[in-house]
Amino acid sequence: MNRTASSIALLVALALVGAACAPAPAATPVQIVVTAPPGTPQVQVQVAQAPGFGETLAAVQARGNLICGVNGQLPGFSFLDPNGDMLGFDADFCRAVAAAVFGDATKVEFRPLTTQERFTALQTGEIDILMRNTTWSLVRDTELGLNFVGTTFYDGQGILVPADSGFTSLSDLEGGTICVQKGTTTELNLADQMAVNGVTYTPATFDDVNQTYGAYAEGRCDAATSDKSQLSSVAKGVLPDPDAHVIMDVTLSKEPLGPVVRHGDDQWFDIVKWTVFATFAAEDYGVDSANVDDQLATATNPEIRRLLGAEGDLGPKLGLTTDFAFNIIKLVGNYEEIYNRSLGEGTPTFIPRGLNSLWTDGGLLYSPPFR
Amino acid sequence: MVRAQPCPDHLLSLNSAHATRAPGGRAIPLWRDVRVLRLFGQIVFLAGVVAVFVYLGRNMLAAMQRQGLGLGFSFIRLTAGFDIGEYLIEYSRSSTYLRAFEVGLLNTALVSVLGIILATAIGVLVGVARLSRNALVQFLARAYIEFLRNIPLLVLLIFWYTGVFLKLPRVNQAIVGPGGLLISNRGVNVPWGNPTGSLPSYLAILGLGLILALLVAFWCHALANRTGRAPLTWLWAPMAFLAVATIGWIGLPVAPLTLQAPALQGLRVVGGKQLTPEFMALLSGLAMYTSAFIADVVRAGLQSVPKGQVEAAKAVGLKDAQVLRLVVFPQALRVIIPPLTGHYLNLTKNSSLAVAIGYPDLFSVSGTILNQSGRAVEVIAVVMAVYLLISLLTSLLMNWYNRRIRLIER
Repeated sequence: MNRTASSIALLVALALVGAACAPAPAATPVQIVVTAPPGTPQVQVQVAQAPGFGETLAAVQARGNLICGVNGQLPGFSFLDPNGDMLGFDADFCRAVAAAVFGDATKVEFRPLTTQERFTALQTGEIDILMRNTTWSLVRDTELGLNFVGTTFYDGQGILVPADSGFTSLSDLEGGTICVQKGTTTELNLADQMAVNGVTYTPATFDDVNQTYGAYAEGRCDAATSDKSQLSSVAKGVLPDPDAHVIMDVTLSKEPLGPVVRHGDDQWFDIVKWTVFATFAAEDYGVDSANVDDQLATATNPEIRRLLGAEGDLGPKLGLTTDFAFNIIKLVGNYEEIYNRSLGEGTPTFIPRGLNSLWTDGGLLYSPPFR
Repeated sequence: MVRAQPCPDHLLSLNSAHATRAPGGRAIPLWRDVRVLRLFGQIVFLAGVVAVFVYLGRNMLAAMQRQGLGLGFSFIRLTAGFDIGEYLIEYSRSSTYLRAFEVGLLNTALVSVLGIILATAIGVLVGVARLSRNALVQFLARAYIEFLRNIPLLVLLIFWYTGVFLKLPRVNQAIVGPGGLLISNRGVNVPWGNPTGSLPSYLAILGLGLILALLVAFWCHALANRTGRAPLTWLWAPMAFLAVATIGWIGLPVAPLTLQAPALQGLRVVGGKQLTPEFMALLSGLAMYTSAFIADVVRAGLQSVPKGQVEAAKAVGLKDAQVLRLVVFPQALRVIIPPLTGHYLNLTKNSSLAVAIGYPDLFSVSGTILNQSGRAVEVIAVVMAVYLLISLLTSLLMNWYNRRIRLIER
């Protein structure tokens, strides 16, 4: 009895020790001191920021490069070329963020991700930013703990069918099998639209681009569905006979594609957002990588001067240098150059700009003022 | 055994299991008492393990809270919103996530059960063939085992799917087999029976037939006990059942099942039962892969039976097939069953590779749920728990059977 009592006493002591070990307290709020320009009475204002503010930028700068989650299998958006470089529209936007943060567009590490793992990779901090032709939706914006920075590519969902099948509308696919990727808004939209139109079908879901379109090419499915940009890129870049396939003239949904960051770090959110806006503004003002040096030296338009950092201090307000936009435009280009490099007329993955033009050209690209 | 006399005190302490007092009558101090030390050691170890888990759990919760994510299972009641390619129970895009889970679970269970049965059948055949005296048969069995054991299962599945089943002709040029069997790269469509109104009565007749078969079996055994001849239950009982079934089918005014041949209608094959290429590729790949391992286990079991048994059986006059069936196999089972359990569990868990070829098993469907609902931690926890449960059930069953057949040594 004595032994048992003593042992129990030891056990209780251990439990108390274990309970006493508390987790580390949450990070203390960052305090920012704002000093007014010289000539005005010195006022020190302390602004408390939410925990998490500034974390990502500090981590990226400490690490020395930006880790960017991309698709890796989508020609035109992110695709490995024979030299081992990641090329594409999304890849270039990653480089733009790196140029803004480091002044060096090569300081990016690309991580190819499947649809299954892309959100978990961002949530857990494995990647700093997700540029993976991801559709903006409410559930993703809230429940997943992620923030959609904006839209870099306005797209819609379409259906790819063989050219000789003669399908022109959804009801032509009655009873058919449709290849789709798992865990995408495409899957959900397809189910919705087929239910609304009363068309019965069978889905064949696969994990990644190669499997999905490989099965479609073999005839396992009558059609494949995804964002029209992806269908176009795949038809031209991945399928064996590009001319044998056609995208039906049906749009099942809106698919605004853009970069994604984590909840909780407003500074990083602003940085990525204004990087994207810098590319829009540059095209708006006619600044591109060829004339940006010239513009920096000789431009008189105050908008351009503020954008390129010739006057004002817009960059430091984001936690970056004053020439962040200059670096973006010089090292990567404005939106038009980025677009034309990967999806322009001379490329194999040509997609007409459509809604992805400036607001002055009838499109939806609109940057708030740089001031 | 009769105990002579109680152990004298001064000798008790030499056996630490009985020691309560040191020689001389004093109690052993706590810090030297082996029993206390052992208990203390276990408590410390347990505390360490618990501390590690608590730390990891707290870390996860803190990180999730920072992100604004929560933990909870209420998302299970939400609408799934996506369709699943094949389902054994009723499912549509307006079903709940819970329903989708169940569909995935049933798909996994189907593939696992059928895979286990197939793998065992093929494995036993190949294992016995491996020991055949016919050189060609033995060579073929050896080649089969060596080849399949040495390729990764994922490679085999992908090859089987993309290289064999997807390369079948397209559905509008399908191979037509007897009775309307259609083979294409959309799957194999077999003619299937359609139930009519008289099916319930037919099922009742089948029930009666089953009871009759059991009665016949008992009667055969009773007869065998009385006369000493072989009971031949395996012949008479099924024949009784078949007789009742046939008489019932013919006797009913409307046949209970009408055969429906599959036919291509537009884009879809209507009628019959469809086996998708994903299902067939997964089933055949898993069965073949595991059968190679089972074949070797069976061979090892057969070779573990002492040669004397075989010689004695032959001396008594049993034929080769009878020796194998009546003498060698029952003894070999004791060696075969434990590793066989392990291979069954492997097959069940390997079925999660279905995600690579598009078969909607539990892991594949849960991946979609994870992505659409954003609840990574809960979904993965549920999937792990389900696989653990399936594995524990399987090993429970096998261990029960193992206990039944093992050698009780006196």
